[in-house]
Amino acid sequence: MTLQVTDLRVYYRTLAGDVRALDGVTFDLADGEIMGLAGESGCGKSTLGNSLVRIDGRMKYVAGTVRLDGLELPIADMDRMDEFRFKDISIIPQYAMSALNPTRKIGRMVADLLESRGVRFGEMRTELERRLLLVGLTEAVLDRYPIELSGGMKQRMVMVLSTLLNPSLLIADEITSALDVTSQRAVAETLVEFRARGFVKGMIVITHDVSILYQVADTLTIMYAGKLAEKAPTSVIMQKALHPYTDLLISSLPEVGVRFDERRLSGIPGTPPSLLNPPPGCRFRDRCPLAFEKCAEEPPFVEVAPDHSVACWKVA
Amino acid sequence: MLQLDGVSKVYRVGAFGGTGLTAVRDVSFTVRAGEVVSLIGESGSGKSTIGKMILRLIGVTSGSITFDGTDIARLDGDSLRAYYRSVQGVFQDPFSSYNPVFKVDHIFDLLRGTYFRDAGDADWRRKVEESLESVMLDPAQILHKYPHQLSGGQLQRLLVARALLLDTRFLVADEIISMLDASTRIDVLNLLGDLKGRGLGILFITHDLSLGNYISEKTVILSRGRIVEMGATGRVYGNPLHPYTRALMGSVPQLHRKWSEVEADLAAKGANVAGRCIYHAQHGTDGGPVAPDGVATGLVEAEADHFVGCFRPYLEGAC
Ligand SMILES: Nc1ncnc2c1ncn2[C@@H]1O[C@H](COP(=O)(O)OP(=O)(O)OP(=O)(O)O)[C@@H](O)[C@H]1O
Ligand SMILES: Nc1ncnc2c1ncn2[C@@H]1O[C@H](COP(=O)(O)OP(=O)(O)OP(=O)(O)O)[C@@H](O)[C@H]1O
Ligand code: SF4
Ligand SMILES: [Mg+2]
Ligand SMILES: [Mg+2]
Repeated sequence: MTLQVTDLRVYYRTLAGDVRALDGVTFDLADGEIMGLAGESGCGKSTLGNSLVRIDGRMKYVAGTVRLDGLELPIADMDRMDEFRFKDISIIPQYAMSALNPTRKIGRMVADLLESRGVRFGEMRTELERRLLLVGLTEAVLDRYPIELSGGMKQRMVMVLSTLLNPSLLIADEITSALDVTSQRAVAETLVEFRARGFVKGMIVITHDVSILYQVADTLTIMYAGKLAEKAPTSVIMQKALHPYTDLLISSLPEVGVRFDERRLSGIPGTPPSLLNPPPGCRFRDRCPLAFEKCAEEPPFVEVAPDHSVACWKVA
Repeated sequence: MLQLDGVSKVYRVGAFGGTGLTAVRDVSFTVRAGEVVSLIGESGSGKSTIGKMILRLIGVTSGSITFDGTDIARLDGDSLRAYYRSVQGVFQDPFSSYNPVFKVDHIFDLLRGTYFRDAGDADWRRKVEESLESVMLDPAQILHKYPHQLSGGQLQRLLVARALLLDTRFLVADEIISMLDASTRIDVLNLLGDLKGRGLGILFITHDLSLGNYISEKTVILSRGRIVEMGATGRVYGNPLHPYTRALMGSVPQLHRKWSEVEADLAAKGANVAGRCIYHAQHGTDGGPVAPDGVATGLVEAEADHFVGCFRPYLEGAC
């Protein structure tokens, strides 16, 4: 087992109170698994990804444990996490591409990062060049500034960099969202390739684009309002999703071949609840076509079939 | 309603604008009332440049754009203001269209100042509420809120609502879906569908073919500023002819088919045209206008309502 997350709760402190963005999340990631994480904007995907790597001053660790390769990570302790970051667990943050320092050449940036981890750039240079070639880049990119690279090139560069020390776990947060379809495909396929070559063992791929996840993920996890709604192998989610939210989410996606004039798809009416003072019970209750009295209590996230967990009273 | 005739755009780049970058090359197509035309291509293919020329944010280098028979380059003063009452644009990033300091009502107030100085308060209120309702927003929930209090989908629909306050008959929608998440995407797409039902002409710019296919009657595929394929959406999707179109289709992430399956399917479909430039096969080797780099810019009708251009540079060797 690569990763075990148990009842993780991380909130944001605000003047109005705590935003309960990650409110009791439990799941396992098997050795070699690519887990896709999807859900509406604001449901807590990035908060989950970031919490496994860096709980910063705006965030508040409330409860839960994270074990990586059998070892409990000191996630609540920014300083002690330092020895794991980048080496054992690496994240490509959402908007990483636009956050690159525009005044520093790519090579300089790589060297800085490696040296901050106590690794000499010279030692890694050959391996770095080998991996750049693998993603269709040459060492010439090291002499360029971020602005001189296209979005797809930047993302491939960031992928190579964040996996250079062969971490156990890579978290990739919305790395395809700002790209056109051609670059999306190249970037997504690189993820699979990196696993095949053993650069990383497990991955959490975060995106709101379920069709990308269908292409690359072994399992899909659907999040709703700070909690997990469902996790199962990708093919199971696509064909026999059990949670009503998963079902509505997937049927709202325009597939190639579906035309407005022939079959009008529908969205999910309503909006998610505020995470500042979320209502008790199932957080999807307001919008759920199947809601009944029992849903005033919170449904537990339980395994209903092997590798298939759901949080819904109608299912459990 | 809107017609582009041999439109090209060359940007001046480099120090003192010394060199030219041809972003759009000899592009011609029409959009009729009640029709959605999707304009599809990779990043940098010139999609937004075409949108901006239609909105007269930038001028054309050559060729002409006519709206209801009038060349828009000739509009000024009153006639230009009248044009903007009919032709409006909505762009990719809904957040950047709002000033975070003001409540969202501000975007309507600006419009009132320019176009509706004579409208009374009650009249104006009713107009705003109607336009919000037409994009399925509840005025009570939306007005008097700050941008950060609304979702991306709500902000995007609000921009469409503003565009509709004018007597808009033509809308340029430039990547308005890509920033939105799945569940709100479909609402905005359906909204465009309803608007075309009301007779609007819409130019829907996107890099995602599945979105274009859902909503449009006509598809224009752009590569490096040039139209490589165009026609009835069903034809272009059902029987993609140009190697570029096929590569693009092969990259679209689909929901129930893997990239490898789509690729095999496309290869089978394309076997009949493989390695043969349809344009030059029909036109003869010396036919049609040719750009400085040797690529022909014209189109030939490969089947009814389905046009295709020269396969270069996606084909090895000569045509
Ligand atoms: N610094 C912060 N302070 C207060 N609330 C925050 C902060 N950052 C995020 N939130 C809130 O926490 C919730 C989860 O945010 P998060 O960024 O994890 O969502 P997400 O699922 O990644 O969304 P997206 O798809 O838009 O990236 C949201 O409701 C958001 O408004
Ligand atoms: N103001 C400008 N000055 C110089 N070159 C420009 C300017 N605007 C765009 N370009 C160039 O023109 C080409 C077409 O750009 P355009 O923005 O139209 O592409 P696009 O298809 O909309 O791409 P995207 O999908 O990334 O939005 C690109 O090579 C771009 O770099
Ligand atoms: S627990 Fe109830 S409200 Fe929640 S998803 Fe299931 S049926 Fe719907
Ligand atoms: Mg996020
Ligand atoms: Mg653009």
